[in-house]
Amino acid sequence: MKQLQRYTKKINLIIGLLVIVGFLLVMIVSFFYTPHDVNAMNIPEKLRGPGGAYMFGTDEFGRDIFSRIMKGTQTAFAVGLLTVAIGTVFGILIGGIAGYVGGWVDEIFMRTMDALMAFPGIILALMLVAVFGPGITNTAIALGIIAIPAIARIARSGFVQQRDSEYVLAAKLIGVKPYSIMFRHILPNISSQIIVAATVTFATAMLAEAALSYLGLGVQPPNPSWGRMLKDSQAYLIGAPWYTYAPGGAITILVLGLYMLSNALRDFMDPRSKS
Amino acid sequence: MMYILRRIILLITTILLVSIITFGVFQILPGDPVRTMLGTEADPTQIENLRSELGLDRPLYEQYVDWMKGLLTGQLGNSIRFSMPVKELLFDRLPVTMSLAGLTLIIVLIISLPLGMFAARRQNKLSDVSLSTVTQIGMAVPSFWLGMMLILYIGLQFSFFKISGYIPWTQSVAGALSTLILPALTIAIPQIAVNFRYVRTAILEQVQLDYVRTIRSKGMSEQNVMYKHVLKNSMIPILTVFGLIMAEVVAGTIIVEQVFSLPGIGQLLITAISNRDFPLVQGIVMYITVAVVMINFIVDVLYSVLDPRIRLR
Repeated sequence: MKQLQRYTKKINLIIGLLVIVGFLLVMIVSFFYTPHDVNAMNIPEKLRGPGGAYMFGTDEFGRDIFSRIMKGTQTAFAVGLLTVAIGTVFGILIGGIAGYVGGWVDEIFMRTMDALMAFPGIILALMLVAVFGPGITNTAIALGIIAIPAIARIARSGFVQQRDSEYVLAAKLIGVKPYSIMFRHILPNISSQIIVAATVTFATAMLAEAALSYLGLGVQPPNPSWGRMLKDSQAYLIGAPWYTYAPGGAITILVLGLYMLSNALRDFMDPRSKS
Repeated sequence: MMYILRRIILLITTILLVSIITFGVFQILPGDPVRTMLGTEADPTQIENLRSELGLDRPLYEQYVDWMKGLLTGQLGNSIRFSMPVKELLFDRLPVTMSLAGLTLIIVLIISLPLGMFAARRQNKLSDVSLSTVTQIGMAVPSFWLGMMLILYIGLQFSFFKISGYIPWTQSVAGALSTLILPALTIAIPQIAVNFRYVRTAILEQVQLDYVRTIRSKGMSEQNVMYKHVLKNSMIPILTVFGLIMAEVVAGTIIVEQVFSLPGIGQLLITAISNRDFPLVQGIVMYITVAVVMINFIVDVLYSVLDPRIRLR
């Protein structure tokens, strides 16, 4: 049965990569081409079932759902990438300084991170969105702030582990500046844990963006967002169930792919940990 | 005792920091909050009145101290939109959210515990691997979409279920259940997926310990090994996860209340945000977060009672 286990690891990696590369290709294509105009309303064609000219059917304004799903990948990736960027940059800075410097700096930084983590994620997201206002960038900033503490904790424990190792001591002795020691010497050694955490952040950011957009507080129309599409589709659940399948399926498949990839990365990069 | 004392100090610092963040975030609002609330056409006297009513004309630290006092005494000021005390609004909505969260927790426990035990006993067999795969899908589905699917495939198929609104327990138990079961399932499914994994790992960790080998070699039946020894010992790590799940469940109610139009605290929060009713937003955020922090505190203390080794750390 060991084989089955090794097999699932590989399956995780392959499916995860396929899903993400697939969605990335769709996103790139959507910049140049969508089968129909994303925002063109066509009332006589509204709520058409899947098939014919409309692969996934049409919405309540007669817009092509497939084209909107394609365009929605741009929103999903934009929010996901920006969130991960904010979360990792600030997470590494805060966790790195806390772990490397130690003492009261560590105490202040990490207690603040603990407090941020004490908020249930969606509550903090809602509060930040209430302050920043809706929109793609604001949503990503809010979600990025929420992502900081988890990455800061991982970075901190990595820096604490490496801080007293011989190569750091050697670098110090030949007079390498603290900044270089932290980011040129220590950071590459802990990058694998951070990459795994970033993949998970990417997935949770997409789920959170969908949730905020569903609540009407995230991405605003006319930007197509899968969460927003789900909200709109709820009114037509009985008459046009296909409307809800496309965005719901897109989110689920992409998030599942990211989870599988992060599991596989964890297994391959850190052979000691068992999934 | 030292452990509990340290935990209490940590609890107080966390709540203090949470309050500073909740208070501070609203200070970085671009522009004048009063103007944002009243709109651009508000007349100057109205603006002045609201400003002194909210205490915005006083120094920041005084505002914070006042707000904290209110928090401790339960007087959180008035909602702008509803012109009612925040406290009353919260208490009106609390029963809905509490019943939803309670029902969800029960569902999570009665499904994930047996499922985790089952998977652990059949480690790496096909049923275990497929359960792990299914639970991974359960974690990837957005909860609000799951709710819509439950409405479509269960709510609309069986006349028992109401797919929107709420019937209080005091009015009819069946009625309350008919409005709460589907939303509770919606929140529960992803949490079952998470908890299942923890239960499975916790049991697998126990099974490889020496004492299990000893009692097995003494000839104890597999049933007794599982229920009398392994399960008891694996409850300790499971309890910690339980605290985390409580937090997720409370957060889950916020979105799912929107899907099923349940008049709970989540719906109140969304209304408050849409209306830019900031005192109400602050109050709700603070109370929910403190509730979650308290739950985790209680779990930690229980943990140290159950497992004395923790106190020595």
